[in-house]
Amino acid sequence: MDILSLFVTVPILTVIVLMFAKGKKQYRVVALVGFIIQTLMSFNLIYQYLHVRALGDKSIMVFTKDLLWFAPMNIHYAIGVDGISVLMIVLTSVIVLAGIFISWDVDDLPKEFFISLIVLATGVFGFFISVDLFTLFLFYELAVIPMYLLIGIWGSGPREYASMKLTLMLMGASAVLLIGILGLYFHSAPNGGPHTFNIFEIAKLNLPVGVQRLFFPFIFVGFGTISALFPFHTWSPDGHSSAPTAVSMLHAGVLMKMGGYGIFRIAMYLMPQGTHFWTNFFLVLAITGVVYGAFAAIKQTDLKYINAYSSVSHLGLVLVGLLMINQIAWKGAMLQTLSHGFTTALLFALIGVVYGRTHTRIISKMSGLLVFIPVIGILFVLAGLANLGLPGFSGFVSEMNIFVGAFQHADTFHRIITILAASSIVITAVYILRVVGKIMMGPTMKEYANLPGITWYEKTGTYILMIFIVLIGTLPFWFGNILSDSIRPFIERL
Amino acid sequence: MDLSYTVLILIIPLFVFLLLGLFFRRIKAPLSGYIGVAGLTVTSLISFFVAFEYFFKIGMVDGAYQKIVAFKFVWLHFTSTMSISIGVMLDPLSAVMLIVVPLVSWMVHIYSLGYMKGDRGFTRFYAFLSLFTFSMLGLVLASNLFEIYIFWELVGVSSYSLIGFYYEKPSAVLAAKKAFIVTRFADLGFLIGLLILSYYAKTFDFVNLTSLTFIHNLSGIGTTFIGLSVITWALILIFVGGAGKSAMFPLHIWLPDAMEGPTPVSALIHAATMVVAGVFLVARLFPLYYFIEGGIALDVVTVVGTFTILFAAIIAITQHDIKRVLAFSTISQIGYMMLALGISKYEGPEGLGYMAAMFHLFTHAMFKALLFLGAGSIIHSVHSNYMQDMGGLRKYMPITHITFLIAALAISGIPPFAGFFSKDAILAAAFEHHKVVWFTGWFVAGLTAFYMFRLYFRIFWWNDPKYEHTPHESPKSMTIPLMVLAFMAAFSGFIPFSHFVSPDYVPFSEHMEWGLAGASVGIGLVGIILAWILYKKENDLSTRFALAFGLFYKWAYHKFYIDELYMFVTKEIIFKHISAPFAWFDRHVVDGTMNGIGNSTVWISEKIKGLQSGRVQDYAMYFVSGATVISMILWFLIK
Repeated sequence: MDILSLFVTVPILTVIVLMFAKGKKQYRVVALVGFIIQTLMSFNLIYQYLHVRALGDKSIMVFTKDLLWFAPMNIHYAIGVDGISVLMIVLTSVIVLAGIFISWDVDDLPKEFFISLIVLATGVFGFFISVDLFTLFLFYELAVIPMYLLIGIWGSGPREYASMKLTLMLMGASAVLLIGILGLYFHSAPNGGPHTFNIFEIAKLNLPVGVQRLFFPFIFVGFGTISALFPFHTWSPDGHSSAPTAVSMLHAGVLMKMGGYGIFRIAMYLMPQGTHFWTNFFLVLAITGVVYGAFAAIKQTDLKYINAYSSVSHLGLVLVGLLMINQIAWKGAMLQTLSHGFTTALLFALIGVVYGRTHTRIISKMSGLLVFIPVIGILFVLAGLANLGLPGFSGFVSEMNIFVGAFQHADTFHRIITILAASSIVITAVYILRVVGKIMMGPTMKEYANLPGITWYEKTGTYILMIFIVLIGTLPFWFGNILSDSIRPFIERL
Repeated sequence: MDLSYTVLILIIPLFVFLLLGLFFRRIKAPLSGYIGVAGLTVTSLISFFVAFEYFFKIGMVDGAYQKIVAFKFVWLHFTSTMSISIGVMLDPLSAVMLIVVPLVSWMVHIYSLGYMKGDRGFTRFYAFLSLFTFSMLGLVLASNLFEIYIFWELVGVSSYSLIGFYYEKPSAVLAAKKAFIVTRFADLGFLIGLLILSYYAKTFDFVNLTSLTFIHNLSGIGTTFIGLSVITWALILIFVGGAGKSAMFPLHIWLPDAMEGPTPVSALIHAATMVVAGVFLVARLFPLYYFIEGGIALDVVTVVGTFTILFAAIIAITQHDIKRVLAFSTISQIGYMMLALGISKYEGPEGLGYMAAMFHLFTHAMFKALLFLGAGSIIHSVHSNYMQDMGGLRKYMPITHITFLIAALAISGIPPFAGFFSKDAILAAAFEHHKVVWFTGWFVAGLTAFYMFRLYFRIFWWNDPKYEHTPHESPKSMTIPLMVLAFMAAFSGFIPFSHFVSPDYVPFSEHMEWGLAGASVGIGLVGIILAWILYKKENDLSTRFALAFGLFYKWAYHKFYIDELYMFVTKEIIFKHISAPFAWFDRHVVDGTMNGIGNSTVWISEKIKGLQSGRVQDYAMYFVSGATVISMILWFLIK
């Protein structure tokens, strides 16, 4: 078995073992062991990847493998990774691992919960290793569908509504995406011969301009919806607020990242002229998301809604970075993807931890929690500061890359967009400090005097995420180098 | 000579912060204080040593001081020329700051052993103090504009955590939030400015940015915006960042509220070091400010500085909370530094203003830290911030009294105390530049003496109020720092500053303008005498005096309603008319559309599901009627 296929096989094996396990204790141990293996494998993958690169392998994708599995349509199980996907795989495995720790105490149907969670993760891993559009799409759907069950069954509040809405909107987006993918497929054989789904085969063709302009928005909107592109983001606040903690973490931390990745890897790479044609239009939507999400977050009263709108804003920055089309901004967009993944997962985890104690997420009903649950409180403050882009945390380096990259465009349109994007750092400070000041600081409330302290599994889950946020924030050169090398072949095409 | 050991100046406080921060529950009260003081003692000694080495041994080459990059590490790479590096740069500016920052911080560390004794958050306090010292030293040693920005944000967050130190007090939480958001808003200006500058300059490094040939190339850039060169705009925006940190009008509103923090913090962060970061920033980029487009950006600095000294001094006269008086005094004094930079020229003795700004920064750090620590000592003993609760304290707190008096004389510009020399240099430079600026500066010197001695007489003379406990002198850990700083406030004026600091890095010698000096001492004495008449003994003269000014007094007492204006803009305009509509729009329009699509699908299927009835007769009828319609259409078409 090759090094990449293991990433989809190990979760499947974990699921199979889970089916035979008995009792809550066994389920969670199995899930945990499965994902500890997965995480170690992802660290090993980085090591192997750097090793191959150090040996002088200059190809775009390494560890490639190609298996034909459906000959009539020329569908391959084609896999390969570059620096970007390697880091995405690390992101995914770390967040799932943290999510398992955070859901250590899940009581309703623990077996089914862990199975759904791991199936979802399998889809994400498959997505990040595929280079065949059809296989990629297949894995993508595999990741989206368990979400319906996870929210519908283990959710809270209006969970049926939220899960239905989320699934329908994402399915609708998938339909649009599929049109785009089929469009590429049917134009992949201009001189006769079999059509292909392989990204790098299609890239060699230079599709006609008309085709690029036609199908670019399909793929952009299809992937954009899952990364909360304005105005297709409304599934996200409802979905997040109803989802159980681990699902919110996984969803905001990983699933939404598939959008930016897909836009970068498929829409922009395969359709450079289409990209240039549509850039300004989508820039306007993306920047609207950035500012609008941030302003909307100020007025929310529910912690999860605040974080959901904050995600709309921060992922808008990813799209802005991508649409700036240069090396620095792209590196920033990728770093922001990672950074937002860890930060928002940490925030959702902590919101879950706080909710588990206070049984409310309404900020006006909490005050002075720092006194009674100091460790959780400090983690919460730190996560908030990371979210508002304080130097030393990951948000700062990613945002600065995006801004510096965006400033390489000297025309007025791009300048305005960039300044608006930069102004989001102030608005972010407003809503973060409002939350921190309201719930963690301020006078203490009697009813919270006996809140239990942080448990070992909550501690482990949150510390893991914190460590990665600080690692990116303090060693950006290391992450930046991995990304830069992989971005270069893509930027050269545009 | 290998200077990379200078990086220890940053590493030691960072290490202390991490140690105390990560183990804040294990390291108990007095120990954490000793760790903090020990760490800072080492840092200070290394810093003083480096500053000494720089000025007397390695700095001077061919009659001019050099920029020496002692340590450099590329932290984030953008392009081949643009990268953020974490470095240590030595030049006269950073060497001066290497004396100011560690010295004040050291004194504050020692002082806090007494002041914070018994506080629940003792360890946390020392952790934040170390974080702040690390960030501030990083800021002044930065070799690269982006590096300054990084540490700029870090001092901001240290300030946030220390203002909000008593986080159970709602007023402290609000003040901390306000300080962070106002300065971050200003930092946005800094960020945009530095991004514009770097886009044209293609570098962040100071060695390049401030070299004259480089600036000459930059002035060739023809891109303009509303009539001014983009570089000028960039510099103005950077100054906005500086004005935010240095609490210049109209971004000063956070500083008075920041007095919610523990008093040693006010002394260190909000009087001596962080708030002068804006002055430092402009001084750092001074050649750019001076040469680009004939210094238009510098004129902005002058105007803002000049207005602020007057504005803040007037408010300072009316306040009753002694820390707020000192806060407005700080704003006013920083205004002097800004103004001095604004009017400075570049070469030789013409760079007097620049020299004076740094000189005043130095002396002000000493006497203002002393004033705050003295105020802390008083508050510690009286348990109130309000001057109404004080009086006659000279009998109970002799050391605090004498040191406070020295500081008050220094800030009032009475020779031979430190403030006299630095303020005199500023006024001399202003006199050369513009008479209005000079006159304002001269007049405010009188106001300064008045509000300072109002404070002094009101606290230490007047009549004793009814004290619940007899006030007592503070412990040694608090009085020793007071004495050290008093020594500096008394004698640091004799440092021949122009031999060390000048805009072109070439030392010059300054000479006293005795006429001007006499005028400013004169108005200072007038201020002091007025205060003596009004406040030496309990009387109602001051109330009558205030009444005479009527409405104007009321405005000044309410700080000219600037805070209310900001509250109106944020609460009424931004929150109510931008944020709330956005949130509403999202829930009702955007989401409403999505729900609408869903609901209409349900509605349509509800309406047409009756068609699928399962009865053969119905289907037969649909078939026949459909067939009829189609055949009629066909019939029409064919005919």
